Parts: sequence; C-alpha cells; structure tokens
Amino acid sequence: MDLRDLAGEALAGLLARPVRAALTTLGTVLGITTLVVTLGVAATAGNQIVGRFDELVATAITVEVPESENAPLVEWTAIDRLTRLRGVESAAAVSESDDADNLYVRSNDIVDPTRVTTQTLTVLAATTGLPEAARGRIVQGRFYDDGHIRRRDRVAVIGDQAAKMLGITRLDRAPAIFIGEHAYTVIGILGDLRRERNLSTAVIVPPTVGRRFGLRDVTRVLVNTGLGATGLIARQAPDALSPANADMLQVIAPPGPTRARDQAQEDVNALFLILGLVSLIVGAVGIANVTLVTVMERVAEIGLRRSLGAARRHIAAQFLLESTLIGLTGGAIGASLGVVTIVAVSAAKQWTPLLDVRLAIAAPVAGAVVGLLAGLYPALRAAGMEPVDALR
Amino acid sequence: MAEPVIELRGIDKDFPSQPPVRALDDVSLRVDRGEHVAIVGPSGSGKSTLLNVLGLLDRPSAGTYRLDGVETTKLTDGARTRLRGGRIGFVFQSFHLLSHRSVVENVMLAEVYGRHPRRGRRERALAALERVGLAHRTGFPPDRLSGGERQRAAIARALMGGPSLLLCDEPTGNLDSRNTEAVLDLFDELRAQGLTIVVITHEQEVSERAGRRVRITDGVLAEA
Repeated sequence: MDLRDLAGEALAGLLARPVRAALTTLGTVLGITTLVVTLGVAATAGNQIVGRFDELVATAITVEVPESENAPLVEWTAIDRLTRLRGVESAAAVSESDDADNLYVRSNDIVDPTRVTTQTLTVLAATTGLPEAARGRIVQGRFYDDGHIRRRDRVAVIGDQAAKMLGITRLDRAPAIFIGEHAYTVIGILGDLRRERNLSTAVIVPPTVGRRFGLRDVTRVLVNTGLGATGLIARQAPDALSPANADMLQVIAPPGPTRARDQAQEDVNALFLILGLVSLIVGAVGIANVTLVTVMERVAEIGLRRSLGAARRHIAAQFLLESTLIGLTGGAIGASLGVVTIVAVSAAKQWTPLLDVRLAIAAPVAGAVVGLLAGLYPALRAAGMEPVDALR
Repeated sequence: MAEPVIELRGIDKDFPSQPPVRALDDVSLRVDRGEHVAIVGPSGSGKSTLLNVLGLLDRPSAGTYRLDGVETTKLTDGARTRLRGGRIGFVFQSFHLLSHRSVVENVMLAEVYGRHPRRGRRERALAALERVGLAHRTGFPPDRLSGGERQRAAIARALMGGPSLLLCDEPTGNLDSRNTEAVLDLFDELRAQGLTIVVITHEQEVSERAGRRVRITDGVLAEA
C-alpha cells in the first residue's frame, strides 16, 4: 500500500466527520495550550523576577565580623585590599556597637522650650566609601576623606532624617553637633539611601574619632559587586579582609541568580504542569473513546476494505494515523494558542516574552504522540475484526 | 483442459458450539472460467458460509480449495488477503459504498491495497464505470444514485484490477424488479466478456438467469 494512499484514506476518514474530528481535537488543544502557556509564562516570569533581583539585592554582600578579645579580626585598612578585587564596585567597613546605638545628640546648647533639641541617635564609624557602599548620595556638603581620618578631625556626616530631627538645614556656616560633651562639625548630609536605610538617622564619624565612643573594631563590611560577581566575591572577601582569620567571618550573600530563577520557575510550574498533563490525559482518553466509537460505526467499511485486499496492518495503520492526525492538529493549535497567550500576557505585564523554540516544535509532536497512544487500542480492535464478522 | 477458477474438494466447515454445528458437509464444486453459477438455498442452509469460504474470508475445517489453481487452505493470512484483493471482486447486498466519497473515488478504493500503480488509477476507475454504464454519474455521491446505480457502482469497483471471479452475495436483495433486471443484464454482458460469476441468492429470477444452478441444503451441495 502506498503511503500517500494511506494518508489519503486517513484524511478522508477524518474529513467525513469534520465536527466530530474538531471536537475530539479539543482535549489535546486544551492540554497542549496549558503546557505551553505554563512553561512559557514560567520562563518569562522567572526572567522578570531575576531582573528585579539583579538591581539591588543580587549584588549586595555583607560580611559580619564577630567581636574578638585580642587583635581585631579585620583591620580598618583591609578595606583597601577588598576594593582591589575584580568585581567589587564599592565597599566600606563599619563599626557599630550597642553602646553607641543610643547616644544623646543635640545641635546646640540653647534651650528652646518649643522643640526637642536633644535626640537619641546611633553613632557609627565608617571608612570613606560608605556613601557608595550604602548606595546613597551626599545631599549637601561632602563626606570626610583620608585626611580627616588621619588628622582625627572632629567631623561628622549625618543622615538626612537625623539632620531634619536636629534642625540642620544648611552647612555653609559649619554647624556643630554635640555628641555627649564634645562638639563635632557637620560637613555633609547623606541621603537617598537604597541600602542600609537606617543610616539616614545615624551620625557617621571617621574611625579614628569613633574610638571615643567605643567604636574601635570593624564589625561589618558592606560590599557591592558587579552583576554576577557575588558568588566569586563572597568566596574571596574573607581572605582579602582577614587572611589569618578568614574562617571566622560570616558572609551574607544573596542567592545566586540561577537559583532565584529556578525557584521562581519551580513554584509556578509544578501546579500548572500537573494541570496540563491532566488535560492531556483527558484529551487522550477522549481521542481513544471517539476513535473506538468510530471503529464500531465503521465496521462495514472495515469489512469492505478487508474484502478489497486490506491486511490487518493496513486497517490498524489507517486508524492509528487518523488518531495521530487528530493529536497532531490539536498539538499544533495548542502550541499556537499557547504562544499567542504568552505574548499577550507579556504585553499586558510589559514583560519580555521568553519561549524556548524547541518547546514550540515539541508541542505538536507531543500532541501527535498522545494521539498515537490513544489510537492504539481502537486500532488494534479494528485490525482484530474478522472480515466475516465485519461484513455481516 | 484449462485450470478451473474454483475447485472445492471435500470442504467441511464446523462452528465450535455445544453441540458443534456443521455448516458445510463434504462440499465439492468446480466452476470453470466464464461460467455463471447461482448458489441457491433457504436461509440457514450454509449459503453465507460457502460464500465466505469462496471469498477467502473464512477457512474451511477440512478439504481443499484451489482458486485459479492456487491451493488456498494452507496459505498464511497475508497471502490469502493478497489473493483475495487480486483475484476476487465482491458485490454485496448492501453495496458498501462509502457515503462521503464520490462514485469514482469509491471505485478507485479497489486499487488502494495491493501493488497497483497510482498513475492512471482514475482513468481505470472511469473505464470500469463506463463498462457498467455509469459514465454519467462518476462525480456523484452514492446517496444521490438509485439502488441499481449504486449496485452497478459496486460492480465497477469489483471489476477494478481485473478479477478472476466476481462473487456476489444477494446482489439484487435491495433492488426493485426494474433495477434487478438491469443488474442481471450487466451480469450477462460481463459473462459474455469471459468473467466468471458466482451469485448467491434466494431469488428465483436471479438464479434462472444463471447458466448453472447449485442448491445447498443443510450444508450439502447438489446440482439443481
């Protein structure tokens, strides 16, 4: 039997009952659409989530330095070794302590009954890279530099909220604040913080000045890395900061972007994949059912074909091909609907649609396989009929 | 002497039941080329069983059946199917035309199985339709034809591929007398062209037109 004849007979068999064929296709269409949409939207959404992570969290590393009885674990100068690492964009060492968390700070000695002039603010010491490391900006004035640190100048930079609380609006007259009994010149206001937002209510002093408040050792190092460098820097940072005691430093790094993507996909996928598979199975059962009914209706036709010289395998091949064509059609329609849906969802959410081309090709094939499997039993039933019985 | 088209010798056919039913009992029959044989008998006499055996649709329990000199009872299913497709043309009481195909497509169906070239198939089908006098109805769907025209289309289909034997099962059972006459005239023409025809019928008119009549009663065949 010529393959073209087989294809022609199968196609004619389907087209003889077009409405039935179309309805039978529906199950596969639903199943394949669900699968394609699930995989496509998950991939698209996963990409978007990672994109958001990338901006802030995925590049931020914090190194916690535990307290030490003897020599400090991390020297203040170690920060220079860290910033030299490739992939580090900015870094700052910070010293905080419970004692310096709540210090009385006031902007002048005048007692003004109309307002609270004494505030309880956090005082911390930091290296010069703090504004960049905290992803903030100096709104007024300047940050202190190495000169200030070396000379132990009594200068301070305050957060923008702290400045408001203390009533400091301008720096051109070099206002002073009192921390405890001593006065410090405010040389800059730090604001627009996107990391370590609590710095906006803090008073930041050079490390050489911080000793007066018990801020002697580095307790934390803030690092910002380039995209994708967090893993590398997280491994290298302890060695750079404290070659002798690298093990004692605790690195807090965000989960890698790949893991974030996997996680997001897994969450979305699991449920909908099951849904898609279930609809596919329902579709397969539908095809099997309808094909079986069709076989029973076409008993006379089967008998006629056997009398015309059709072998059992010819009969089986025709019904298998018919159910496979139904599955293939369903898969192709489903894949198209799925792709359209993904693009529509992406357009609505202003995402970049992301779809594996292999998925769009594999979907119709999957539909055909479903049809083939569903047609197995009916085809065998048709082929197993005795021509004598079929012609009765 | 020329090889007979059909040569049955000592054919038995038993159906397994309690007690076993013997549908054909030591049936022997010889049909030569160009003969027109009618097999008559009441219902339940074994007519259909004999037709199934003759059409290679069923295997006898015992005996030998030579079709065109080929011993068929020992052949595999596949070989019997090929022989059936190539040597026998079936004509059924209920026509068995596919309703969603045109007349010519129904006739072309006869060459779908087996080794027939695709080239020229339509022309051969048109020629077969011409032969049965249906050249003016080739593009019609079968349900637009009269009963006689349908049976003639079915005969055209059976003639495709040049069979040795035209095997007809109650070919006029669904036809009125005028259409029956037309089909019987066609049989006469075909026999005149040298075709071997075996007709199973219980209609007097049909059996009378055949050159030879055999009667089957309770599975036993006798010349009538």
